[in-house]
Amino acid sequence: MSPIISIRGISKTYASGFQALKSIDLDIRRGEIFALLGPNGAGKTTLINIICGIANASSGSVLADGHDTVRDFRAARSMIGLVPQELATDAFECVLATLKFSRGLFGKPPNPAHLEKVLRALSLWDRRNSKIMTLSGGMKRRVLIAKALSHEPQILFLDEPTAGVDVELRRDMWQMVRELRASGVTIILTTHYIEEAEEMADRIGVISKGELILVEDKDVLMRKLGKKQLTLQLQTPLAAIPESLAGLPLELADEGNTLIYTFDTQSEQTGIAALLRKLSDQGIDFKDLHSSESSLEDIFVNLVHGGKNGAGA
Amino acid sequence: MNWHGIRAIYRFEMARTFRTITQSIASPVLSTSLYFVVFGAAIGSRMGAIDGISYGAFIIPGLIMLSLLNESISNASFGIYMPKWSGTIYELLSAPVSAMETVIGYVGAAATKSLMLGVLILITARLFVPYEVVHPFWMIGFLLLTAVTFSLFGFIIGLWADDWQKLQVIPLMIVTPMTFLGGAFYSINMLPPLWQKITLFNPVVYLISGFRWSFYGTADVSIIVSISAIVGFLIACLIAVWWIFRTGWKLKT
Repeated sequence: MSPIISIRGISKTYASGFQALKSIDLDIRRGEIFALLGPNGAGKTTLINIICGIANASSGSVLADGHDTVRDFRAARSMIGLVPQELATDAFECVLATLKFSRGLFGKPPNPAHLEKVLRALSLWDRRNSKIMTLSGGMKRRVLIAKALSHEPQILFLDEPTAGVDVELRRDMWQMVRELRASGVTIILTTHYIEEAEEMADRIGVISKGELILVEDKDVLMRKLGKKQLTLQLQTPLAAIPESLAGLPLELADEGNTLIYTFDTQSEQTGIAALLRKLSDQGIDFKDLHSSESSLEDIFVNLVHGGKNGAGA
Repeated sequence: MNWHGIRAIYRFEMARTFRTITQSIASPVLSTSLYFVVFGAAIGSRMGAIDGISYGAFIIPGLIMLSLLNESISNASFGIYMPKWSGTIYELLSAPVSAMETVIGYVGAAATKSLMLGVLILITARLFVPYEVVHPFWMIGFLLLTAVTFSLFGFIIGLWADDWQKLQVIPLMIVTPMTFLGGAFYSINMLPPLWQKITLFNPVVYLISGFRWSFYGTADVSIIVSISAIVGFLIACLIAVWWIFRTGWKLKT
C-alpha cells in the first residue's frame, strides 16, 4: 500500500542561517500511529509545520495521499488536521463557534451532529457555549483537538498533545487516539515523553539536530533493546568470571565487585534461578541485587547523545 | 473555490464586529455625530456657504469618508493582526484556503462593517443637517470602492505589523493627517495657490472631492481623476497582497 505521507529531501534553513532540518526522507504508512521523538529544538515542529503549510521548506517535497502539499495544497490540506503545540485559541469565541469556523475553513459543509459527537467525545459538550478564555489549560488543549477533528481529517498531527496535561487527561487522550486510529485515521505525534511513544506508537522516528537518525517499528525496537540486567553486589571481589559460569551473559564491573547478568525479557526462561543456584554452588555470595530494564528512554538517550549501543540502527 | 472557507472567515469576522458593537459601530457614529453638532449646527451657522452649499452640508461627505477610511483600515488590520498575535493564524495557514479566498473573507467583512457605519452616519447626519444626494448611484459606488480599497490597505498593514505600535502608526501618523488635510472641512480652492498644488499629492483629496461631487455635483478635481486615483490605489493594494501571499512574507517562517 502506498504511504499516506511521503517526505522527500525536506530541508529548512532559516534566514539567520540556522539549519533546522537536513534533508529528511520519511514515509508514513496508512493508518499507523507514528511517534516522532526528539529533544527540544530537534526540528520536530518545523517538520510538521512544513507538511501542514505553516512554514516553507528550503528544498524537498511532501506528498499527502499523492497530493503535493504546495502545488496541490487544497487537496492535501483538506485531509490534514493539526493540533499545535502552543495553546493558541480565540479567547473571546465560544467553543462551538470556533469548531464551526474550523470546519468551514476546511471546506466542509455544516454538520452539527458531527460537532456534537466530537465535543462529547472530548467531554466538552457541556461547555460548548463557554468562551474559550474561561476554560482551563487542559480544556483548551481539548478544544484544539476538537477543532482539528471538526473537519474529519484522514491524517492527524498532534504536536506535543499531552504537554502540561494531567495524568488522567493524558490517559483519556491516548484512548481517543487509539479510537481514531481504529476508525482509519493516520496519526503522527511528536512528544518528548518517551512513555507516551512506548504506549501508543506503531512506529518510532527519532530526530536529532535536524536529522532523522532512526525509523523503526516500536516492537522491533523494543525487542532489539528489550534487555534486562540483573546486578549483583558481591561480598568479595572476583578477579575473573569462574569457568563454570563461562558461556553465560555475564560481565564483571566495578573492579570485580559487581556482577552483571543480561537477559532477554522476551524469552520464557530468564535463567535467573539457574544463575543464582550456580553462584551458590561456587560459594559466590552477594550482599545486594537489583534488576533494571532498558527502556525506550535509554535507546533514545543513547541515540541522541551519540551512544553506540543504541538501537543498532 | 472554497466557499465554506470564505463564509467561515466572513462570519467569524462579522461575529467579532457584533460582539464589540459599542466600540466598532456605536463609538464612531457618536464621534462623527459630534462633528455634525459642533461644525454643522453650532459653528456652521456662522460660516459662509462654500460653492453654494451650506457649511454643515459641505462637511458631510468628508466626515463620512474620514470615518470610512479609519474604520476600514483599523477593522481589517486588526482582523488579520489578531490571529497573528494570538497564534491562531496556524489554522488559516494550514487550511485549504487560497490567498484570494482569505482576502475575500477578511476584506469583505471589514468593508461590510465600514459600509454599515457609513450608512448609519449618513442617516444620523440627516438628523442634524439637511442635505441632498444628486448622484445616489455614484455615491454608493464611491462608498463601496473606498470601503473595499481601504480595507485592503488595512489588511496589508495588519499583515505587515509585528507589534501593536506598528498596527497603529500608519493610521494615526499618516492616514489621519491625510484625511484632515484632504479637504474634509474646506474646499482646496480656499487654499493659497502653492498649497493647492501640494495638496494634489494627497490621495484623500480625490476621494473626498469625488464623494462630495456625488452629493452636490461640484468637485475640486475632475470626477474621472478621482475614480482613477481610487482604482489605481486598489490595484496597487491587490498587487501587494498577491505578493505577500505568494512569498509568505511576514506570514510563514
